[in-house]
Amino acid sequence: MLEVTALSKSFDGFKAVNNASLSVKDGEVVAVIGPNGAGKTTLFNLITGVIRPDGGKVVFRGKDITGLKPYQVCRRGISRSFQVVNVFPRLSVFENVQVSVLSRQKKTWNLFAPSSKFAVAETEKILENVGLTDVGDATSAALSHGERKVLEIAIALGGNPEFLILDEPTAGMSPEETSRCIDLIRQLKEKLGITILFCEHDMEIVFSISDRIMVMVHGSTVIQGTCNEVRCCQEVQDAYLGGSDVCLM
Amino acid sequence: MTGSFLRKRSLWVIATLVVLFLFPVFLDRFYVYLAAIILLTGLCATSLNFVLGYGGVYQFHHAVFYGAGAYGTALMILKTGLSPWLGFIVGPVVAAMLGFIIGLICVRLSKLYFGMLQISLGSLVWAIIYRWYSFTGGDDGIHGVPLPDIISSPNGGYYFTLIVTSISMFVLYRMIKSPFGSALQGIRDNPVRSEMIGVNVRLQQLLALTIAGFFGGVAGALFVVVDNTVFPDMMFWTVSLELVIMCLLGGWLSYLGPMVGAAIIVLLRTYISGITVYWALALGIIMMLVIFFLPNGVLGYLDRFLKKKARAR
Ligand SMILES: Nc1ncnc2c1ncn2[C@@H]1O[C@H](COP(=O)(O)OP(=O)(O)O)[C@@H](O)[C@H]1O
Ligand SMILES: [Mg+2]
Repeated sequence: MLEVTALSKSFDGFKAVNNASLSVKDGEVVAVIGPNGAGKTTLFNLITGVIRPDGGKVVFRGKDITGLKPYQVCRRGISRSFQVVNVFPRLSVFENVQVSVLSRQKKTWNLFAPSSKFAVAETEKILENVGLTDVGDATSAALSHGERKVLEIAIALGGNPEFLILDEPTAGMSPEETSRCIDLIRQLKEKLGITILFCEHDMEIVFSISDRIMVMVHGSTVIQGTCNEVRCCQEVQDAYLGGSDVCLM
Repeated sequence: MTGSFLRKRSLWVIATLVVLFLFPVFLDRFYVYLAAIILLTGLCATSLNFVLGYGGVYQFHHAVFYGAGAYGTALMILKTGLSPWLGFIVGPVVAAMLGFIIGLICVRLSKLYFGMLQISLGSLVWAIIYRWYSFTGGDDGIHGVPLPDIISSPNGGYYFTLIVTSISMFVLYRMIKSPFGSALQGIRDNPVRSEMIGVNVRLQQLLALTIAGFFGGVAGALFVVVDNTVFPDMMFWTVSLELVIMCLLGGWLSYLGPMVGAAIIVLLRTYISGITVYWALALGIIMMLVIFFLPNGVLGYLDRFLKKKARAR
């Protein structure tokens, strides 16, 4: 479904992403792991068009989407959430998701009918799915950090994506919030059939929900494979999992 | 609950309109004139706030569209033999086109850079109008624009202004509440995220700028009706500054904020410039007080005050 080949991006000569490759098949959950500063967020920014790559290729559903603008990428069916909460601060939680639904329904050029006529049922359904119905009228400032991270995902779901990118979805969440978030991600995969690419620091989460894992170090792909392949890969252990030579569980 | 609230709000609107309609019955001619100026200035400030407060675009030189609407109307009436009513359409359309063109040039730039370039381009338009004696009358402006009979009397002009302003305010309100308005407010809050949810941010802003230009132009056309003159200083940059202050003073996050701000500024300007020539100084002081004491404007303050009281009860 998504095929990333030899993608590169430098910032002032510093190679944040260097020859990274990645493939995601239809219906899969793929994790990107790697230490802080490995270039995971930059990789997601390159795929979604927030920044343009220096080289390499991104192919989605057989079509080259390299260098497209973010709104064009979104319209192809790719949505994403951000690592650092990146929502609409003056809009209510409901409106945050509604504007995303309106955009997908291509209603944003409708000037005269009230917004309240559109996208309401779908927005309510998304809020219910992610468990934010009760805080629908609040602004994001009134939410807990965990709820804001969930809102991040809810906004992305407004685009009714085939392909969802989640940048550290559980970062900063409490243990209960984390487990609810994991359940949500599983549901998105199983009930809605959404293909998911995510990055995450918690190895337990990664191994429990991923079909395959891509390991990134210094902007480059070390390996992409199943959980077992990655667990036993010597290079990964050296570079990332702490250098022990025992095959991790 | 929301139903009764809505009914209450429409009652307020109707009551206000009735009072405004009765103004000429119990007010002197001068005050009727002043009320008309407040209405059209308020419309101009509201059209600015459409992009400033709801769109998050730093439109620092909005008076250009006010002037363009006024000149478009006046020149159309004077230079062609066509019906004067046509002038009231041509003026705003000229302003909208100017809004589109200046928007097209500036919209790539972010925030402050947008504002700076917009000021320069606006000043360029002002300079052209100011210098082009043969066509625009230069710094003398144009006096005595002939108007259709029913709006040429002071009361006729007032009613025309009231009706057109009311309709325009209603249309702008509907636009803010529309999906377009939702997307616009999303862009104000977070352009990067807006783009990421599939909104073509620049195009959306460009349409908003064109609409704002149009209604700024409507206000300018109304000025021709009320004052019978146009002059280049209608679009001098200080007028734009006043418009921005009106939005901030009244409250740029409330729909009627700019209208309230316009009322306050127009009244103060009328009375203070009667006493002293230092109106600009007074304006500066008002601006400072607003920034320090009313960061959300008069309506923002009232809103918070009323909510606090409701909670205390
Ligand atoms: N816009 C940018 N300008 C300059 N350097 C950047 C920029 N974005 C990321 N970087 C650098 O690229 C490297 C990779 O960052 P990032 O992709 O955020 O890593 P990760 O998400 O894996 O922690 C970091 O060293 C970061 O400082
Ligand atoms: Mg990151």
